[in-house]
Amino acid sequence: MKKAKILTAGDSALLIEFEQKIAPEINAQITAFVHLLKEQHIEGVTDLIPAFASLLINYDPRVIGYKDLKARIEELLKIEVSEEASEARVFEIPVCYGGEYGPDIANIAENAGLSEQEVIDIHCSKDYLIYMLGFLPGFVYLGGLDERIHTPRLANPRISIPAGSVGIAASQTGIYPLNSPGGWQLLGMTPVKTYDPERETPILVEAGDYIRFVPVTEEEFLKIKKQVDDGTYEYVVHRKGE
Amino acid sequence: MGVRVLKSGIMTTVQDLGRTGYQSQGFSVSGVMDVRSFKIANLLLDNPENEAVIEFTLMGPTLEFTSETIIAITGGDFQPHVNGNPVKMYTAIYMKKGDILSFKGCRSGSRGYIAFSSYLDIPVVMGSRSTNLKCGIGGFKGRRLMDGDLIMFRIKRRYLPYFLSRSLDLDEFSSDEVTLRVVMGPQKSKFTKEGIETFLNSEYTVTSEFDRMGCRLEGPFIAYKDTSDIISDGIAFGAVQVPSHGKPIILLADRQTTGGYAKIANVISVDIPKLAQCRTDQKIRFKQVTVDAAQKLMLKEEKEFSSFREKIYTPCKEVLECRLVAKRIGKLFADK
Repeated sequence: MKKAKILTAGDSALLIEFEQKIAPEINAQITAFVHLLKEQHIEGVTDLIPAFASLLINYDPRVIGYKDLKARIEELLKIEVSEEASEARVFEIPVCYGGEYGPDIANIAENAGLSEQEVIDIHCSKDYLIYMLGFLPGFVYLGGLDERIHTPRLANPRISIPAGSVGIAASQTGIYPLNSPGGWQLLGMTPVKTYDPERETPILVEAGDYIRFVPVTEEEFLKIKKQVDDGTYEYVVHRKGE
Repeated sequence: MGVRVLKSGIMTTVQDLGRTGYQSQGFSVSGVMDVRSFKIANLLLDNPENEAVIEFTLMGPTLEFTSETIIAITGGDFQPHVNGNPVKMYTAIYMKKGDILSFKGCRSGSRGYIAFSSYLDIPVVMGSRSTNLKCGIGGFKGRRLMDGDLIMFRIKRRYLPYFLSRSLDLDEFSSDEVTLRVVMGPQKSKFTKEGIETFLNSEYTVTSEFDRMGCRLEGPFIAYKDTSDIISDGIAFGAVQVPSHGKPIILLADRQTTGGYAKIANVISVDIPKLAQCRTDQKIRFKQVTVDAAQKLMLKEEKEFSSFREKIYTPCKEVLECRLVAKRIGKLFADK
């Protein structure tokens, strides 16, 4: 039995609180539970919001009441499901670092006492777990940023950050899915669209997947950007462990 | 064949019940703020429960009909007029080609709804016609309506039986007292006993920071234990969050999907419309109920909607009187 609490969040949602810490193993439990829950196709469940250490289940009480749903959830929580690490997907996100694409890379390097190249090498040295999506469509909350390049937010946030910008805010790194105001320190830009309302799947990734940043030159950036605009770009996806 | 926006008002958008199923990807639900008024508007026209309507805030739009249709107006009382003559709210109104619908001042409530029997020709994006303003998707071109916009209808016209019966005598939002019933929230344990008592026993005031995303309230400080910050989690419609400033913020239709402030309570579904229809300076109190009670109230409201349906499916008095006369005539013949 997992350490999980079922709490009310109004009359049309309940919250399952897992152990309240930000850790890959807790998040893996949630991802596995979401998959299990989706397979059940419980009538009346309308929407799921997995987060760092919780899962909000929206439901229609005219179809299923709180007590019945709670009982179903309690049963499901007893089932031991282990999410195979190999099942997770790793999305390659090409990034052109520095220059006009990453106007804050000098700040980040200076703050870390490293060279810009070292910042880039560290930033793209590992796969980042997507703990959750939120804030904006397709905005990924990534865990595991190397402590050496943690950087405070800008004291004066920008009015508009272009879609595709890759930034750092304290211990987090992420990608802006659309133009938005924000205070993240920008170190690069990706030509791929993590959110595209015109695409059949507007958002490619989900919580539990991984992101791998791959450095590209400006020339490659422009080439990929053209392919993305033409609709011919093929996203590179691996299985975790490959 | 449609409706032209002559004057758009302040915040006039196309909405239905919202875009569910995509919150895990960060998409807000959007949708109408006042679900009750929305449902009654569609009910008056026998529209599907989730048919898109026009929602407007604080100021009604002026609309010109470029073809005939039937409409119903619900929500706050904005004094609707057709070609300058007052018309009734909560009533099916036949609109001819060239008719102009306008509104005078808002007498009660703050949001109005217009449903159309010819259905607005708005593309379905990810399962919904609701406007998501932040992403610029759904609704009319992903934005609020502007002067000059022309929204087409999907069908030419529909026959509605019992046309004269399609009127409900409802006055929903003229009460000065607003008590919002709440179910205590997932992080109530983050607050001190005194904090919860303050929340449940004080009067709060709606501030001007009130939009489709949420409503900030002014009032006594709600004490929390060590911090009101939490590890970000999902937010439900009507969640009452309390940031470190100790004042409640109630999250509504355009709320973000996740947030990092403790939620002390959640307004129950049947009471969210009362809040959606509040104006700045409105005084509000909170009252705790159980989940079970809240869900029973939802079912009760469904029954109320059924009774409305029955009512509009009963021939109206004028028609009945006609039949009485016919009965008498029949009697005369029978006597002979």
